Amino acid sequence: MNCRSEVLEVSVEGRQVDEAMLAVLHTILLQRSTGKFHYKKEGTYSIGTVGTQDVDCDFIDFTFVRVSSDELDRVIRKAVAEFKDALGNSGSDGMGQISLEFYQKKKSRWPFSDECIPWEVWSIKVNVVNLANEQERQICREKVGEKLGEKVINIVEVINRHDYLPKMPTQSEVDNVFDTSLKDVQPYLYKITYQITDSLGTSVSTTMRRLIKDTLAL
Amino acid sequence: MDSELSSQDRKDLDKFIKFFALKTVQVIVQARLGEKISTCSSSSPTGSDWFNLAIKDIPEVTHEAKKALAGQLPGIGRSMCVEISLKTSEGDTMELETWCLEMNEKCDKDIKVSYTVYNRLSLLLKSLLAITRVTPAYKLSRKQGHDYVILYRIYFGEVQLTGLGEGFQSVRVGVVGTPIGTITLSCAYRTNLALMSSRQFERTGPIMGIIIDHFVERPFTNMAHMHPCTYRAPGEDEGGTYAGIEDSQEVCTTSFSTSPPSQLYSSRLSYQTPALGTVDLCHPTACTAAAHPHQMVVPGKEGGVPQVPAQPNHGTAAEHGRIPSCPNGQSPQPAQPTSCSSEVKTVCCDALETTFTRKVGAFVNKATTQVTTTSLDLPFAAFAPRAYDLEVNDPMVHPPPSPAPSSPLQGSLHSNSSSQSGGQPQDDFVMVDFKPAFSKDDLLPMDLGTFYKEFQNPPQLASLSIDVSAQSMAEDLDSLPEKLAIYEKNIDEFDAFVDTLQ
Repeated sequence: MNCRSEVLEVSVEGRQVDEAMLAVLHTILLQRSTGKFHYKKEGTYSIGTVGTQDVDCDFIDFTFVRVSSDELDRVIRKAVAEFKDALGNSGSDGMGQISLEFYQKKKSRWPFSDECIPWEVWSIKVNVVNLANEQERQICREKVGEKLGEKVINIVEVINRHDYLPKMPTQSEVDNVFDTSLKDVQPYLYKITYQITDSLGTSVSTTMRRLIKDTLAL
Repeated sequence: MDSELSSQDRKDLDKFIKFFALKTVQVIVQARLGEKISTCSSSSPTGSDWFNLAIKDIPEVTHEAKKALAGQLPGIGRSMCVEISLKTSEGDTMELETWCLEMNEKCDKDIKVSYTVYNRLSLLLKSLLAITRVTPAYKLSRKQGHDYVILYRIYFGEVQLTGLGEGFQSVRVGVVGTPIGTITLSCAYRTNLALMSSRQFERTGPIMGIIIDHFVERPFTNMAHMHPCTYRAPGEDEGGTYAGIEDSQEVCTTSFSTSPPSQLYSSRLSYQTPALGTVDLCHPTACTAAAHPHQMVVPGKEGGVPQVPAQPNHGTAAEHGRIPSCPNGQSPQPAQPTSCSSEVKTVCCDALETTFTRKVGAFVNKATTQVTTTSLDLPFAAFAPRAYDLEVNDPMVHPPPSPAPSSPLQGSLHSNSSSQSGGQPQDDFVMVDFKPAFSKDDLLPMDLGTFYKEFQNPPQLASLSIDVSAQSMAEDLDSLPEKLAIYEKNIDEFDAFVDTLQ
């Protein structure tokens, strides 16, 4: 199966990174989450209700909608905070990428571990800019708000193409498709990763890999 | 075509489309109420949440939507549209966006109605939730209140986008294929947000506590009316009329069946009988697991002296009278879980009548203060007679035609009409003894009262009362060389004059 890959790019000021990432990630997760499945006898299941919540950004002129699930919000915020810290600590020009990957688990026989097969990957490239004065910041607030609006429209456009979605699983398979750890909602299985790009445009991980290879080659 | 669709599937599909349309309207209107929306997730299905989404139903909005649909469903050639407009307190309105739920002929015969279509409609509603926060009207709606309000109008039939101005943009929210056609949800929004000064100003009744028939009908509408994006608690004016909408009780318990992954999935819907009585879909009590406080959207901010924000044409509107400031007793109430505040309705609507008063410009239709030449100590008086002489023959001076002055105390410096109204009307007036304040009687030949009278009607400046008929253009041109000769003769005096200026 081919994995669908989408790339979004945003340029933000340092203090806008959190909210911009939250806005994009929550917008995607809103549309990739369902209510909790309740399996009944005879192979039927019912689906719980997903609530939504408006979130106003403090540093961006933007409001986004997220799923009403504090648990999910905590997980996403934690991932975004780690990404932001990594961006700040890297000493790079403030370029990085955070990825939201939806995957399915495929059970493998012992001793092999389960395989994770991604079916949709969203990559958000972030470029952190430094602004000199308050006027520029104000302009940035509005501009980033507009850009995020465009990103939301892009996301909705991709999602509504109704490309591949995992089939609805049986009760025994549900954990291979959905994240059932939350109490109130059930997003598709996902993972969030990030990488920081140094000023040369290469990622830190590739640089490290090269260094190790070179060392071993000696 | 349709014979391939089982009757049960067809019934299900019609029901899905109907409730999808109703929920779409709810999402759009609620997104323009001006407040943040928040609903609970619930792990157990309550049975009343269509498409597995917690979207409250504002009864008035449902009622309007049903009225617009009038028993029909959105179909091919029959679109359901929600028009969002802005209305200032001065009565200017401007269409901001039009959301269209349409259907085209492209059918997807193989799609499962009770499963795939349902889930895709649910996804489309989520996308709509996201997109409604992104169009320009959202920010405007969040700031509505004293200056302007946001109105909505639902209509059914042909899509009308002419009111959106030039250069409007379109965004497609999504499409869902069904066996009877493809449902498309899109939004066309205005990009030019300047209020059009040439717009016809509509005299309207009170903006608040809106009664439907107060608004002027537009010539191209299907007679549907605008409604404010406000929320009124049930049980107020409507007397709970909408509490028992029969269809809302037709709840949807979705049950899906699973089968081994290699086979196709099928599902069936089970409907519960309307035994829920007054399931009040707009009240958060319908939601279990109230981990999150509900936030009912109750804007009560209409009223006051409006100003259209950031409108470059606002200057023109400034000439018109302001609506008298209405003490707004409402402030946005905090969420009440069990009862919705309803003070929105009781804002003093009477005071909000639009008035159109024009400020009278200076020197318009009034006899302006005149100055008598006789009593003036003209600066550069040495030149005044000569200037007079020159101007008499000056062909470039075209004084306003004035009637033969009946007295030297007539004429106007400022406008033609005033010169005519300057002296004559005086004759129509009855002479009364004018006793100005602080004046003493008969002590001076020229007392204050006489001075006042003369001051009111000074004579026209002799230099301006040139008899035009005596000269023609050709004669004017002929007299030019003479004038030039005179000017050259007096050139020294002109130079001296210029020197005094420096």
